[in-house]
Amino acid sequence: MTVADPAMTAAAAPATPLLAALKDAALVALVGMALAGPIVGLQTVDQGGALTLNFRFSDVALAIVLLFFARLGLALGERGMTVPSLGLAAALLVAGFVVPWPGELLRVLAIAAGAALALRGTLAIVRAQRGAVVVAARDDDDLRAARLRRLVSRGLGAALLVGAVLLPMMPFANSYILDTAIRVLTYMMLAWGLNIVVGLAGLLDLGYVAFYAVGAYTYAILSKTYGFDFWEALPISGLLAASFGVLLGFPVLRLRGDYLAIVTLGFGEIIRIVLLNWSSFSGGPNGIGSIPRLNFFGYPFSRNAPEGVTAFHQLFGLEFSPLHRSIFFFYLILVLALVVNLFTIRIRRLPVGRAWEALREDEIACRALGINPTNTKLTAFAIGAMFAGFAGAFFATTQSFVSPESFTFTESAMILAIVVLGGMGSQLGVALAALLVIGLTEAFRGLAEYRMLVFGLGMVLIMVWRPRGLLSHRDPTIFLHKRGGARP
Amino acid sequence: MEYLVQQLINGITLGSVYALIAIGYTMVYGIIGMINFAHGEVYMVGAFVSMIGIILMGLIGITWVPLALAVVLLAAMAITALYGWSIERVAYRPLRGSFRLAPLISAIGVSIFLQNYVQIAQGARPKPIKPVIRGGFEVMTSADGFTVTLSYLQIFIVLLTIALMTGFTYLITKTTLGRAQRACEQDRTMASLIGVDVDRTISMTFVMGASLAAVAGLMVTLYYGVIDFYIGFLAGIKAFTAAVLGGIGSLPGAVLGGLLIGLIEALWSAYFSVEYKDVAAFTILVFVLIFRPSGLLGRPEIEKV
Repeated sequence: MTVADPAMTAAAAPATPLLAALKDAALVALVGMALAGPIVGLQTVDQGGALTLNFRFSDVALAIVLLFFARLGLALGERGMTVPSLGLAAALLVAGFVVPWPGELLRVLAIAAGAALALRGTLAIVRAQRGAVVVAARDDDDLRAARLRRLVSRGLGAALLVGAVLLPMMPFANSYILDTAIRVLTYMMLAWGLNIVVGLAGLLDLGYVAFYAVGAYTYAILSKTYGFDFWEALPISGLLAASFGVLLGFPVLRLRGDYLAIVTLGFGEIIRIVLLNWSSFSGGPNGIGSIPRLNFFGYPFSRNAPEGVTAFHQLFGLEFSPLHRSIFFFYLILVLALVVNLFTIRIRRLPVGRAWEALREDEIACRALGINPTNTKLTAFAIGAMFAGFAGAFFATTQSFVSPESFTFTESAMILAIVVLGGMGSQLGVALAALLVIGLTEAFRGLAEYRMLVFGLGMVLIMVWRPRGLLSHRDPTIFLHKRGGARP
Repeated sequence: MEYLVQQLINGITLGSVYALIAIGYTMVYGIIGMINFAHGEVYMVGAFVSMIGIILMGLIGITWVPLALAVVLLAAMAITALYGWSIERVAYRPLRGSFRLAPLISAIGVSIFLQNYVQIAQGARPKPIKPVIRGGFEVMTSADGFTVTLSYLQIFIVLLTIALMTGFTYLITKTTLGRAQRACEQDRTMASLIGVDVDRTISMTFVMGASLAAVAGLMVTLYYGVIDFYIGFLAGIKAFTAAVLGGIGSLPGAVLGGLLIGLIEALWSAYFSVEYKDVAAFTILVFVLIFRPSGLLGRPEIEKV
């Protein structure tokens, strides 16, 4: 029974996978039709106060045809028929460029599907050829690879840092580039802060932006109403955010991960609703404007400083340039972000940092070892919140305007996506992911409408393909026994 | 007094809607031990499909309300159920056995996707539709002229909820599928060993939850007469609160919790402030989780090592 009849397999092999792939693609196309038909195909339009329908069946039909062929290509590839799959990919690419599609989106989809299929097919071929010449790996190969990986990640980190330090001195640095860089670094700092909570301690916090908001509003009110300096208000913002973290964390940290996620989400919404409705305190939906901007240790960045005050450019005898302020903000956020980064790297070696990682891996084992889970989680929560508070104060002083608009769930999701994309717990991964996410959102500003759509889809796909992060993943710092090593 | 009665009627209506959504959370939690984060968005899709269905009925000229509603109800349930099924296939099934946070994060991705998908396909502006079921009873009138009304629509919502609850209770306690579901809740590995198709059971759970959410979507479309792409977020959180309040994993608990949340929201809006009614739901959630994490009708959770 174990030996198959060669004649039978030869006859059945070509037909069956093809049929199966066709069936698979047809099923997916049918489901897609049922899903998209009513929502996309029938658009409700307001016509003189009453709603009526606008039929868009031709678009949907084209999309379904596209879906069918894309899925067919994928299914063929999965069944080992790489060549037909590559052919379909080429056809899709050609169609994407040549066929006069009714909408730009369909063209983009066709090209994207073709490119993805082509990439997949090529990878499969490469893998098949490498599989033919593979040699059994030895232990020192593993060691060497690990050393190389460490070297590359260090080198990459150093290169990023040097690049960041030199960026404002580059000839191409204009205010747009600097503002984007400041945005990237702000998100990087927030993501590093959230990384302590999600990446190290394994607590899913969906309301992280609430602490950011607390920091921003604290700074706004302290500096505008009470005349606090940035450096005086910064620690207060951080501490207040941290105490909000404790306030929220204390009751709910006994809960399991999913409950925690929902409660933190709710908490973020509570903060936003309160800021939106408590107008006498927060300015309501209008927010707080004309917040004093940070100056250079007492020297303002202005062309014409008032009598008796030295402006920044006068202090150093420079020509006045509006870029000075941006450059100063850039270095400030760079330093703040690096503080978070260094803090995380150091604390990972301390007992509390190791307790976080241990809790992430196995909570019950930790409790058995005498680690108090509530306190340990609480410190992670409070420290993460504190860094968000710092970032919030920085945000308020650079924008000189805060409103509840800036602190929606989407922001939390964006920061979380950076952490997840980078790989939970990996510092370099998070930095690269912040660059990637903010850079891509800048690059696709023209497709603003579809940005969040792609973002949501990307989150799902990354989780499905690389649940532990796209770029890298950090294992716990120490192990009792080496992974894969001999256990007594 | 009359005002209170009116608010109780409104609260029960609202609570029926929450209860229907909460069942979806409870069933999925019971079977895979996870919060289906995209469930609020499934309900929103259900509301949109219902709205499109109602307009379509008007366009093709089916004017007899019971028939039109029946057709829309069934179509919305079927299409929304397919959404639930696809979500399970795309965002949950590939991640079964992956680490704890992965499915939760992919579900957040799904909910962001669905929100923006509906926003792009249907527009961001709130959609108003004409009332389909009009009229009602005047229950009582107070001395100063305040009239308590019980509309036909409210009766319809509550009766439909009761009918669906009865049907689902039967489905879960008496049928093979329900037995398979309960077996999977107890122990998935064991269930698969004795021949339960676990994948199919989980799919069916998502389908059932989504079709109930579609009914809730239809009810809300009829009740408020205006929907937008953002309604899933808050309703999802409130229904989740309802499920936790009643004891997550328990079907009667979800109904009880839904009714309680609806009543609390109606009374809070009436006697305190409308602006902070959503804050009330979150606060209840936190307090329930602190003082009675297993909910009103739930069993305490046993930690498995």
